This record gives sequence, C-alpha cells and structure tokens, in this order.
Amino acid sequence: MSNKLIVSLSPHEKGELSVEKVMWGVVIALMPSFAISVYTFGFDAIKVVLLSVIFCVGIEFLIQKFMLKSEVTVLDGSAAITGLLLAFNVPSNIPWWQLLAGSVIAIGISKMAFGGLGKNPFNPALVGRAFMLASFPVEMTTWPVPFSNIWSPGTDAITAATPLGRLAEGGAKALGAMTDPPVEAVDYIDIFIGKVGGSLGEISAAAILIGGLYMLYKKIITWHIPVFYLLALAGFSGVLWLIDPSKYADPLFHLLAGGAMLGAWFMATDLVTSPMSVKGQIIFAVFGGLLCGAIRIFGSYPEGCSYSILIMNAFVPLIDKYSKPKRFGKEVKYG
Amino acid sequence: MKLKTFKLGGVHPPENKMTADIPVVPVDIPKRVSVTMSQHLGVPAVPKVEKGDKVKVGTLIGEAKGFISANIHSPVSGTVFKVDGVTDATGYRKNAVIINVEGDEWEAKIDKSETLVKEIKLSPEEIIQRIKDSGIVGMGGAAFPTHVKYMFPDGKTADTLVINGVECEPYLTSDHRVMLERPDEILVGISIMMKAGKVERAMIGIESNKPDAIKILSEKAKDYPGIEVVPLKVQYPQGAEKQLIKSLLNREIPSGKLPLDVGCIVNNIGTAFAIYEAVQKNKPLIERVVTLTGKDLKKGGNFLVRIGIPAKNLLEKLGAEIPENTGKMISGGPMMGKAVNHLDIPVTKGTSGIVIMSEDESKRDSIQNCIRCSKCVSVCPMGLEPYLLEKLAEKDMFEECEKEDIVDCIECGSCSYTCPSSRHLLDHIRYGKQNVMRIMRERRQQ
Repeated sequence: MSNKLIVSLSPHEKGELSVEKVMWGVVIALMPSFAISVYTFGFDAIKVVLLSVIFCVGIEFLIQKFMLKSEVTVLDGSAAITGLLLAFNVPSNIPWWQLLAGSVIAIGISKMAFGGLGKNPFNPALVGRAFMLASFPVEMTTWPVPFSNIWSPGTDAITAATPLGRLAEGGAKALGAMTDPPVEAVDYIDIFIGKVGGSLGEISAAAILIGGLYMLYKKIITWHIPVFYLLALAGFSGVLWLIDPSKYADPLFHLLAGGAMLGAWFMATDLVTSPMSVKGQIIFAVFGGLLCGAIRIFGSYPEGCSYSILIMNAFVPLIDKYSKPKRFGKEVKYG
Repeated sequence: MKLKTFKLGGVHPPENKMTADIPVVPVDIPKRVSVTMSQHLGVPAVPKVEKGDKVKVGTLIGEAKGFISANIHSPVSGTVFKVDGVTDATGYRKNAVIINVEGDEWEAKIDKSETLVKEIKLSPEEIIQRIKDSGIVGMGGAAFPTHVKYMFPDGKTADTLVINGVECEPYLTSDHRVMLERPDEILVGISIMMKAGKVERAMIGIESNKPDAIKILSEKAKDYPGIEVVPLKVQYPQGAEKQLIKSLLNREIPSGKLPLDVGCIVNNIGTAFAIYEAVQKNKPLIERVVTLTGKDLKKGGNFLVRIGIPAKNLLEKLGAEIPENTGKMISGGPMMGKAVNHLDIPVTKGTSGIVIMSEDESKRDSIQNCIRCSKCVSVCPMGLEPYLLEKLAEKDMFEECEKEDIVDCIECGSCSYTCPSSRHLLDHIRYGKQNVMRIMRERRQQ
C-alpha cells in the first residue's frame, strides 16, 4: 500500500466545478430559447439547430482526431455551444450548406486554428455568423414570417422584415407597419415573448432572460457583463431618443429587438473571450453596448450586436493588461 | 446578525469536521521518540544533550539559535539514544534528538496539577522571557516563534490582540476541542498575552460552524476584561492572518508588512493555551492536540500527543489501521497541509492534524485548457491573478511575476481548489514565488 501513496503539493481538496459542468450548464441555459424557436418556426428550427450542432461537434472531432491527432474533447460541450449559438444567429430557412460553411469557419478557423478551447480570441459562433453575413447576405437577412407553414418543411417561406430592419430603412415611424396587419406601433410584449420575426434564438427576450438567470444562479457567469452591456445600449439609444423621438426608437425597443439580449447574455459573457477582472468586464460591456447602439443607429447594418462584441473581443488582452483586480494590501494607508 | 468576514475572494470547501464531538484523549508514550531540532520557522535549535544523557520531561534538549528560533524540551523522560537525522512531514531529514523512554519523570519546577491559576504574577518582560524559554511557537501550523511577536521594534505599539480560533481548514478539530475543554485556561492565557503585549483589547475570531465554542467562550469571557468573542462567517481562508485582521477590524495589512504595522498581534488559540501552561504552570511546550481523521477511517479522534511521538501511534491508539484504499496522508489540513508517504513522521509543535484521504479523493483530475472563466481571480483573497501568475511562472518570467505581486500570494490554494480545468495553479505560483524571493534576496545582498 505504501508505495501507492500520492505525494503532491497542497491543496489536496478539489472543488466540484469542471469544464464540462460549465459548458453543459450553458447548453441547458440555451434550451428555453430553443423551445421558443421551435414553437415559432417549427420543423425548420429543429433542423437548423441539429445540423449546426452536428456540424460544429463533427468538425471539431475530425480536426482533433485526424489533423491534430490529439485527445478528442468534443464531449466537453463547448463545440455544442458554438453550434447552438451559430444556429440561433441565422434565419430558420438558411440552406444547410451555408450553415456548414459557417461551422467550418467558426470551429475550424476561429477556434481550432488558435489552439482549441480557451485559446480563441474571438467568439467562434460570432465569427461564423460574420462570415455567413458577408458571404450570403441575402439568405442571412431574409427571415420567415413567424408561425407560417411551420410544420411543412421545404415550402417557400414567406419572408418578413425584422423590426431593426424596418428601423434602419424607415426610421422610428416605420416601426408601426411592422406587424401583419399593420398596427399603430410594435407591440413590445410580442417582441419580449418572441412573436416577431428574426434569427432563430434571438426572437424571445423572455426565453433568453430565463437562460441568463439560470447561468447566474449556477454561477457560470456574473451579472456585470449583461447588465452593463444592456445599460450602455439603453443609455446610448435613450439619449438620442430623448433628442428626437420621431427619428430614433426608444431604448426599450433597442433592448428587446434583434440580437441584443442574446448577445448580452450568451455572446459577450463567453468566458474565453471576455476579460478576467470585474473592472475589465465592466469596461468591455459598456463599450460593447455603446458600439452596438452606434452601429445600429449610424451604421449601414441594421444589427450591430455581433460586431460590437467581436470588436470588443479584440480589446480583451489590452483590457486585461490595464484592469487589474484590486490587490489586497496595495494602496492602503494605515497611520 | 450579519457575520463578519473578509470581502475579497474566498471559497467554501466541504467542512468534514467529523471529529468535532470526540473529546481529547492522551496517546500512550512509546518506547522511543524523535524530537527534531527545527519544529519552528527560523534557525534550527542546537542540541544540548549527547548520547547517554539522562533527561526528564521538560529538560532543555535544544537551545534556540539566533533571533528567530525556539527552544526544544524533552517531552519524555529517559536516556538519549542518539542525535541523528529523522525525516519529518516536510520530507527532509532533520537533526533530531532520539530518546529511549524510561518512566515518566517530570522536571520538579513544572506544576502538573489541573488547578486553574488565574492570578498573573509575572511582569510583561518576564512573561515574554518565559514564553521564549518555554519554546512556545505558533500552534496553527506555521510554527513561528511566539516571543518574537511580542518584542516590538522601536516605535511600534499594538492596540489589539487577535486570537485565531477560526480553524478554517476542513477536517481539523484540534483547536475546536481545546476551546471546548479548556476555555478558562485559554482566557487566562489571553490575559497573559494582553499583559505582555500591553494591549487593552483582545478579539477571539471563531467561525460560526463552532457555535458551542462561541457560546462557552463568550460566557466565560465576561469575567475577563477586554476579551471579546467574534463569530465569523465560514469562508476559507478566514484563519489566514491578513484575512482575519480584515474581518475583525477592517484593517488591511499593507503588502510586505506585518500585523504589528496595523497595531495587531495575532496568535492561535492553541498558542494561548500553551502560554497559559508555560507562564502559570512553568510547563514548556512538550505536547499538543492533534486531530486524526479521514472519511474512510472508521473512527477518528483528537489526541493529546507528546512531541516526537510517531503519527502512526495515533492510529494504534484508535485501534485502527490505515484503510486499504488510502491514497494520500496529509500532515495538517487538506488545503495547506503536506502530503507524507509514511506515518513514521514525528508529531511536531506545528502538527495540527493527520488527514487520511482515499485514492479517489487523492487523484488529481487531468489538466484541461484554461477557459478563462476568471474563477481563480474572483476567489483569490489577495486580489491576484492566479491564471496569469501560472503562465508567467511556467515560462520562468520571474521579473513579470514580481510585477504582478506574486510574493503577496499566501498559498491558501483557493485558486487550484476552484479551477474547473483542474490546473495546478498554486504549484506553478509557488515555483515562481520562490524564485522571485530568491532574486529579491540576491538583490538585497548586492
């Protein structure tokens, strides 16, 4: 027996947390949004999400097994998250081969080429989405009308513009013509629970919020990034709205519409690509939110959330360097 | 009422205090004991006996050498067998006096009675001299010679004596038992320390998972002016000196400074008891309370152990054997203790417990990539960035390590404990810290 004893340095105790628990926790947190997307878009949603997850996990497996000949770690759940998030960022009628191209870029270029889990500077799902938006602009911005032909796959989808699309084209007045039949204004309750068109996982702010609260409860993320991101976005759009309500949409609209919620709760909080200290996370989130508002309101794209996060990803090493946590016993004066 | 605690970082490992209700029993004295000459922080003591010398319980066998050092007394009576190297919990061979036991004859000056002596006759200077003569060191684990803490450099004064009854290490219950069984002696001991340190106020910090100890000490403390018992939140490392002072007094020891720089003296509860015995009973530090525990150990216990008795004798006293599935044996607690590869190691003044862990508990999980979850940053009680220090130390970038305050690390292990990727953060940080401290020493010498 004595020759089997382990002699290692302290601590000899290890907490419960593991990479798998963290990653699968995020997957669970994404399930309410998945359920809403199936409810809204039917079979197409299941198809896109399943395909995307299979593509992402499969590509990671192939790369680890045959290109890197390293340990296969696809079961840690991180590739599944990328798959889910990528699917959530595209319309439900996206062709499968475009999704495959997006997955190759997301996993192959954005994640594995940098060294795999933990080494990627940019959020893989967002890189995949940015690639798809640049390569397939038509398919990526044509959204099926919610609740149309949802259980008969293959039929030509009737497309509808998203609230943000309308806003970019016609200003705040155009928002009234959003719903079908057109009514006076966009019903915020509808956007909140997910009755208005958009990408798969973005449509219901309520479902995203449930997932986000679950991650907070499980201590996978802290509240700083989502709250500060959304506050900055609301603040930026709110100031402009106060200046000219007829031209600019109100801050609540900006919070609920498009990918802001999904971005704030699931993309900006991505552990790997966000800063390490609380101070850094707040800087990251505030600038992300401001950028998102600026792109939405002044940029040529209707939606700026994903770009705002990608741009801030690039600043993370710099933020980490200059936003150190408060050290114990430094800058204390005791007389 | 909201419990006091420190704000920065901290974790809460499973407490596993299975032996908290088991009273302290003395361990039988074996035929031979090995008393090492460096049981304390600082310079090893110089052996004062030779082969064949007769010693009694309490005879000085090792003399302190230099300012930071401590006397060593014989814990048994008998004949010196030899002075030789003995492997202790650190894994290194240490110079030791090995004594063949004959009977149990004590030095005449020692008062062996159990009667409580409350009246403090000695002057502060005499108390400090007695503490020094009796070889008292910190009983919490680090074993820093106690008298040094009471010899203030010029111009420094203390206003508060902080008594550490936190015992934040999982499993260990030795301090807990001493508090329950010897509250009066502890309180007299604290009064002695207050006199020696010329302070009016003493605070005993105890984690709230020991309500019985809090209750008994609070009630008894009413009879002792200036002593206050403060319940603290269960949060590791509550018992770390800097964190404890922050919790109790909201004072932050500046980086590289000592408790005295914020007007505090910090001593362990076991030290208070040892000081009582030294000052009131003239009994040097020759025995201490040690916890023996482990999940797969059928029964554990708390033992009064003479210094130098091999740790395996505790098991014998229990009538237990090392479980078949044992994977690790730890001298001290599981967060900061040292793994040992056999139980022949002698109990020293700093041995607070022996924890036996099963193979399953002992194996480290395989290391995964850092996922930058920032958990290590958020649990670090010193506000450091363990993930960064790990990377820098791994690459031997010691200059950068120094800039990132690696020497402030208290090696509490919260980062490694919490890391979801099971990275050995503290292993690398220790390596970096030791190198930075070496570089700093060399720089000072030039």
